Amino acid sequence: MKADPAGVLTGVHYLDGDFACGEGAMAAGCRFVAGYPITPSTEVVERISRRFPMMGGTFIQMEDELASMAAVVGAAWTGTKSMTVTSGPGFSLMMENIGLGAMMETPCVVVNVQRGGPSTGLPTMAGQADMMQARWGSHGDYEPIALSPRSPQEAFDFTIDAFNLAEQYRVPVFVMMDECVGHMTEKVVIPPAEEIEIVPRKLTEKPPGEYLPYQNNGNKVPEFARAGDGYRFHTTGLTHDERGYPEMSEECQEKNVSRLLEKIRGSADKITRFVENETDGADVVVLSYGITARVARMGIDLARKKGVKVGEIRLEVVWPFPEKRIRELSKKVKAFVVPEINYGQMVLEVERCAAGRAGAILVPHAGGGVHDPESISSAILGAVK
Amino acid sequence: MSTTTQSLHTNVDASEHPIAPFLRMDRMPHIWCPTCGIGTIVKCFASALEQTKVDLDKTSIVSGIGCTGRVAGYMKLDAFHTTHGRAIPFATGLKLGRPELLVTVFSGDGDLSGIGGNHLIHAARRNIDILCILVNNFIYGMTGGQNAPTTPVSARSSTMPYGNFEHPFNLVHLAASCGAPYVARWTCLHIRRLTKTFAEALTRKGFRFIEVIAPCSTLYARLNKLGSGLDLMRFYHDNAEIKHGADTREAEIGFQDRILCGKFVDIEKPTFTELMHEHYTKTLGDRFVPMKPEGGWIHE
Repeated sequence: MKADPAGVLTGVHYLDGDFACGEGAMAAGCRFVAGYPITPSTEVVERISRRFPMMGGTFIQMEDELASMAAVVGAAWTGTKSMTVTSGPGFSLMMENIGLGAMMETPCVVVNVQRGGPSTGLPTMAGQADMMQARWGSHGDYEPIALSPRSPQEAFDFTIDAFNLAEQYRVPVFVMMDECVGHMTEKVVIPPAEEIEIVPRKLTEKPPGEYLPYQNNGNKVPEFARAGDGYRFHTTGLTHDERGYPEMSEECQEKNVSRLLEKIRGSADKITRFVENETDGADVVVLSYGITARVARMGIDLARKKGVKVGEIRLEVVWPFPEKRIRELSKKVKAFVVPEINYGQMVLEVERCAAGRAGAILVPHAGGGVHDPESISSAILGAVK
Repeated sequence: MSTTTQSLHTNVDASEHPIAPFLRMDRMPHIWCPTCGIGTIVKCFASALEQTKVDLDKTSIVSGIGCTGRVAGYMKLDAFHTTHGRAIPFATGLKLGRPELLVTVFSGDGDLSGIGGNHLIHAARRNIDILCILVNNFIYGMTGGQNAPTTPVSARSSTMPYGNFEHPFNLVHLAASCGAPYVARWTCLHIRRLTKTFAEALTRKGFRFIEVIAPCSTLYARLNKLGSGLDLMRFYHDNAEIKHGADTREAEIGFQDRILCGKFVDIEKPTFTELMHEHYTKTLGDRFVPMKPEGGWIHE
């Protein structure tokens, strides 16, 4: 279906990434946001709290991030599209109810405008060190979906994608921004509502007596019933059967958890998304995401000038990771160079998929800024020596 | 709300037990210990649902974790068994996401006032429109009898083996001082009064807080050599003092001391949503578009 025009600010704008992300959420049909102030993400909810009253949306500033995430999961069960926004320290607190969202199979969106860490770290400066937290942050086995925009335009576009993916797979979806993109102001084109594709929630058509909240419907994604529609369903964070009733057994745990994993793993080819440039005949491939992808581009150009055959992979969806493509490329290239604003996170995935067939060279940055393009080009040159 | 709708989707005849239509009979037997008070409170709540004839299709129940945290799982309503301490913010999202819902939080003292204490005070402060039923058995039951924020001074728990030396919460005072417009306390001996209070609270609005003192014979009574659940009920009979409208500062609970019961607060006060609507109507005029009662959901 097409977007609700009430939330779409059609036009050409000059926006920072945080505002663009907020606009993306409203365009996607988000009408409930719970949040707690945290730099450098707060402008997202400031934008939303200013515009929500004019489109039937409700924003509430909760007492902390534990409450924000709990409220978002609760609201999502009414069918109202819901989101929260935070940065590292708040993301840590949200992990508890992100796990609940995964276990209850709740469509919702969590934006993390990453800053330097650990702990309070660098509140006003860039980081990309929460990438593995997005993957593994809450306890237990589950499969998240995460996207990483590199510009305000992508912050808008990817936030809409995040809502659509959340609806399609019934999982919390992460928008892994960073301070640099969040506070960078650029041109953002917001198309007319009729040009924005929205995935509506698939409600069950079964009558209440026949509906099973966690029945595997072939594609492993159960059908949804909203609270208040007469289904009188039960859902829990405990291991549960198809009725949503707790069952403490190895068999039920196996069935429950494997379906949670398979609904994403089985569709990974459809979910993964990346831009690939000039990898044919390349000796080195640079893999990057978010703001670092823009700096990496400069590093690649510098290395090319020195005659190195360099290809580029820029992740748009970071989780699930494009394992298949990296495995294929690892048979052809000498090495992957992975610049990221952390001390080695996504590079571990590259290394795992390359499995010794090609090198995986990290270009680290502890946070607080972006890479010097020369640090990337010299890593590329080093890889072909 | 008709009785036909109330008995939908259940294969248990009301004649088997008057509250059977309100329960998930396919989940019986429940997990609570013999002489635990929670079942009695569930019975009173279900009776209140029956009496008030609220629309059960639009009624949600949310629990956290713990013994009382299992209540949502036994009620034949839209039921959410959430994370430890987060029932109130989860319920806040439900209520704000679909304003027409009647949302009840039903959980324990450790869940709502220990790990979830921050949410309790803020929901009361904001006057979020939810009914909050807190079952207080003075101890963490599910995990084996550890000290709770409600354990009376000198009472023993598994983590205060020489007796508790911390000051407990006076929960009705906490809720009242944070602004809850409806505050009451009963023990689970007071089944008729408790049912009446539940029924009244179901038809009120705002953050309605009802504390129910309940016996835990397996842990609290055993660790403190207080006898059986029946002995505790006898204790409530002899030591509960009913004083409607009492100053909640007087409602502290000491070890094996009197338990002040009654309805302490019952005032009219605009809810979070009413304040929001009023404020935006005033400041934004015609530009204000409130969320629809059925929620802000977008569909084809």
